[in-house]
Amino acid sequence: MTARIEMTGVSKAFPGVRALDGVDFRVEAGEVHALMGENGAGKSTLIKIMTGALRGDGGEIRLDGRPVQIGGPGDAQALGIGAVYQEVNLIPTMSVTKNLTLLRQPRRFGLIDWRAARERARERLRRLDVDIDVERPLGSYSVAVQQLVAIARALEDDTRVLVLDEPTASLDANETALLFKIVRDLKARGLAIVFITHFIDQVYAIADRISVLRNGRLVGCAPTAELPPPQMIALMLGRELERAEERTAQTPSAVRGEPILVAEGVGRRRLMQPFDLSLRAGEVVGLAGLLGSGRTEVAKLIFGAIKSDSGAMTVAGAPVGAASPGRSLHLGIAFCPEDRKAEGIVAELSVRENIVLALQTKRGVFRRLSHSEQQALADNMIEALAIATPDAEKPVGQLSGGNQQKVVLARALASEPRILILDEPTRGIDVGAHAEIVALIRRLCADGLGLVVASSELDELVAVSDRIAVLKDRRKIGEIEERAINRQTIIDTIAGPSS
Amino acid sequence: MKHAGNVEAETQPASRLRAIFTHRAIWPVIALALIFLVDGIISPGFFQIRVVEGRLFGNLIDILYRATPTALVAIGMAVVIGTKGIDLSVGAIIAIVGAVITWRIHAGDPHGLVLLIALAVALVCGLWNGFLVAVLDIQPIIATLILMTSGRGIGLMINLLYGGTNPSFTSPFLQGLSVGHIGLIPTRLVLFGAIFLALWLLVRRTAFGLLLEAVGGNPAAARIVGINARLVIYSAYLISGFCAGWAGVVLAADTHTSDPVSIGLYVELDAILAVVIGGGSLAGGRIYLGMTLLGVLVIQALTTSILTSGLPPEYNLVVKAVVVLVVLLLQSANLRAALYRMFARAKP
Amino acid sequence: MMNEKYLPLLATIAVFVALFLLGGALYKHFLSTQVLGDILADNAFVITAAIGTTFVILSGGIDLSVGSMIGFVGVVIANLDLAGWHPLASAALMLAFGLGFGALQGLIIDFCEIQPFIVTLAGLFLLRGSCFMINLDSVPIHSPFVEWFATLSIPLPGEGELRSSAVVMLVALAAAIGIAHFTRFGANVYAIGGDRTSAALMGVPMRRTMVGIYALGGFYSALGGVIYAFYTSSGYPLAGSGTELTAIASVVLGGTMLTGGIGMVAGTLFGGMILGLIATLIVFNGTLNGAWIMIISGVLLFVFIVLQRSLVGSLRLRGAA
Repeated sequence: MTARIEMTGVSKAFPGVRALDGVDFRVEAGEVHALMGENGAGKSTLIKIMTGALRGDGGEIRLDGRPVQIGGPGDAQALGIGAVYQEVNLIPTMSVTKNLTLLRQPRRFGLIDWRAARERARERLRRLDVDIDVERPLGSYSVAVQQLVAIARALEDDTRVLVLDEPTASLDANETALLFKIVRDLKARGLAIVFITHFIDQVYAIADRISVLRNGRLVGCAPTAELPPPQMIALMLGRELERAEERTAQTPSAVRGEPILVAEGVGRRRLMQPFDLSLRAGEVVGLAGLLGSGRTEVAKLIFGAIKSDSGAMTVAGAPVGAASPGRSLHLGIAFCPEDRKAEGIVAELSVRENIVLALQTKRGVFRRLSHSEQQALADNMIEALAIATPDAEKPVGQLSGGNQQKVVLARALASEPRILILDEPTRGIDVGAHAEIVALIRRLCADGLGLVVASSELDELVAVSDRIAVLKDRRKIGEIEERAINRQTIIDTIAGPSS
Repeated sequence: MKHAGNVEAETQPASRLRAIFTHRAIWPVIALALIFLVDGIISPGFFQIRVVEGRLFGNLIDILYRATPTALVAIGMAVVIGTKGIDLSVGAIIAIVGAVITWRIHAGDPHGLVLLIALAVALVCGLWNGFLVAVLDIQPIIATLILMTSGRGIGLMINLLYGGTNPSFTSPFLQGLSVGHIGLIPTRLVLFGAIFLALWLLVRRTAFGLLLEAVGGNPAAARIVGINARLVIYSAYLISGFCAGWAGVVLAADTHTSDPVSIGLYVELDAILAVVIGGGSLAGGRIYLGMTLLGVLVIQALTTSILTSGLPPEYNLVVKAVVVLVVLLLQSANLRAALYRMFARAKP
Repeated sequence: MMNEKYLPLLATIAVFVALFLLGGALYKHFLSTQVLGDILADNAFVITAAIGTTFVILSGGIDLSVGSMIGFVGVVIANLDLAGWHPLASAALMLAFGLGFGALQGLIIDFCEIQPFIVTLAGLFLLRGSCFMINLDSVPIHSPFVEWFATLSIPLPGEGELRSSAVVMLVALAAAIGIAHFTRFGANVYAIGGDRTSAALMGVPMRRTMVGIYALGGFYSALGGVIYAFYTSSGYPLAGSGTELTAIASVVLGGTMLTGGIGMVAGTLFGGMILGLIATLIVFNGTLNGAWIMIISGVLLFVFIVLQRSLVGSLRLRGAA
């Protein structure tokens, strides 16, 4: 049987890196095929070659048995290969219609027929059960709707291959369920679907077959049923990973004394209902909840990246006035944002400069850290966090995602904080780096740091937290302590009737 | 000779050669060297420097002398561009400063005070730009366009304050700052050196440079880190305003008149070019003060060379455009790769 | 419900009408088709050039070579006139030149990845320098055709008339509106201005579109140059100095965002007319001088930019933030 799409011997080299090395990858019609691998394994490169965003150095691509040349995104679309990327790659300033019909607007006498275009846009969305005003700018809709519009755009009448690159990264459970329903629908219609995600549960929920890449090579390909999670993770990592996420019962340790941070009634209209939260030294407080429940908002309100309009906070017993990032820095509160690319790294600056940035800001403009002090600090952090970089002078933008995350963490740690707030510390990070960061969190609180960790991954929260604040619909609905912490209690709390 | 060979197979000297050829200073330096080479061939006495009436004379001194106003503006511009900004209003600030100087001298202020007032006005202009960019969050190119459009008009209005259309003034003090000399060296060069040194110390010997590059590289990240981005951006426009103001003092004292329509015309463009020739990206995030100076020298050496070579001055703009394009095109990796492929194919 | 995207355009038209009425309240004979016709004719070259600039700005770029192109076109036409060329032939040649020169700028910007600001700045120097190399003085155009062309007009109700330069500009505007809103190329321009990376991933042919955008910019500024040369019957090497700024100001006052992706070509007409109206008001006043034009343009620019920011807020472009 000929595969819907078959890539043989695909290679791609970047200066100094062999991103893909003779990879064979085939997807059948009517199949959901999960493409797995750590950061830097070559997933995105393979996908980019398939969708024409990059050109391979060698190899062959066959579509339904016929060899094809894919010179650019336009070629791929013409061949019926559609793609939806993690960050919605549409034009927020343009209307939904214009986004959906760009480059293939219906024309009459050479001019675009907008009435027909609108009709076509509505029909596209109807197929996905989406009913929205197609004349509004795309940017005025939520990310989930934008994602659905992106899928609608990727689905032509003649689409044969659909690539979904981390489509669920910013969707909540309901939205993910809706997406999966659509994916099963498309599968039934005979599309070949390539699905990339770092949510391992989702792979087993939807995929028929799994291909695993490691260091630019294909290391495994099997039906989902024949490749249970431990084996797959082993393939991804090249070593068996012991179940890292067990709760390590940080025994209800000796009383940690007075809270170092107390928030009372802190909130902001429309973003987060007023909430109370306290944190002691050496304690990890987890923030659990679904997407949109207010995890990031709580983290940012405490840090001062979002200004609160109610409540008050004390740090080490002293009241804090108007919270702001600058203020927090001097109070010894550090923050690692969720979106490392947008709010974390300064891509052009070197690893060293990124790491010293917060400490230098704390010291002020005129007390500059000397070059040797900066060097020593950076080297320490690179070693302590096992940041994979040839040297401290490499621009951070050139590191892999996981290492960028570590640099952001290193920057926060270098500012010598008493309280560290981590928002999604492991988002988009591969399994290996994930385990390292979880281990690091444990080490930090053993050193007496107070941590607030917001995460969408329950297992991770269960593993590290001493106390979990559960959030739902932008309000705090409960707190779970010590021994009561497990997956089920959190889920029950969220599912329970909100007061 | 440049090799695009295998990275691993590369021998030590070759990689050193590569390091030299990929260093950002290489193209401006080659451009400057070529300009001087042509000068040396056309007029053998080009590099002579002699002492006349107790001061230095010669083409090289002339290049430095004439480059001073642009250089002042350019180093301020380099700082602003480092914040992902741009300051189009520097020419207008020069015009306003020239008008203010003439006005206050006619009003009988002591000349030292006039200097202070002029610089204060320049700082106010910088403050205005900073306000638009940092507080109102308006894109820099648009924000500074406002003062660029109206600044020369403001200069003309100031001229009207005392009824002059093209008023001139005399001020030994201010002229001394511009056309005078300290020992053998022109005063404006000494003062420029001091300003450059102060700015360099601020950028590289305090943390200002790092914070500024962080703000320029990723404003959202800088904010999360706790950097007062607003203050940093304000400072950048203040510095640019001050530098433009000082350039205004130098130019106004040189021409000892207030001519808002034509004083410092196109200086913003020359300054931005200088930054770009020096390898600065308009996308921000990096400040190269020394390289910017090199860019200014390329531009001014070209202008002076055209004048001394006997070419009509009308050729100035065209030659400048061509040289700038060549330097920029050579910096383009895409074009270099295309040229390399062409040569590789031409060779058997 | 009215679509929010027309709000900036309506604001521009409202300002224009308000200024026009203000003129009418202050001066007799101001509120007439004659004044309107004069404003259109006097500013036809700027507005034509600004139409080209609108495309460039919609794509998120900038074109500084506009004013020099106007000067260059005039100087060449005047010299070809001396050499015995028919003005229409030299105009056609210069339009083709504008198209080609713009295309080359677009190619350099896209292929060499150099900022538009810098490339078109080099274009500014190159064209203005070329003017100086050809002539240092104004060269009159003595062609009977040009004289005849300047007298052509369509009578308007009232005393006014729509002169030939204004007609050419309005036709050019209509064509531009068609290109911007009813061709795939136009949609691609908005896409590139809205989000460059996404546009490329969606399959927008980047190089072709970028070259097309700057070619269009070059064509329209060359057309502005032709209009200016015919209107003034001369070629002057300093003609059009600073027009690039007026053009950019017209585009901004016309409601187009300098960040790209949002705006309408029709707005540029009114943006340019507002600037023309201010100049006319100052002429009517008689005691005010040219300095006021600069200052008032600056103030208006400021007001519009601040207005635009709040409008964008009302568009609630969450994803774009």
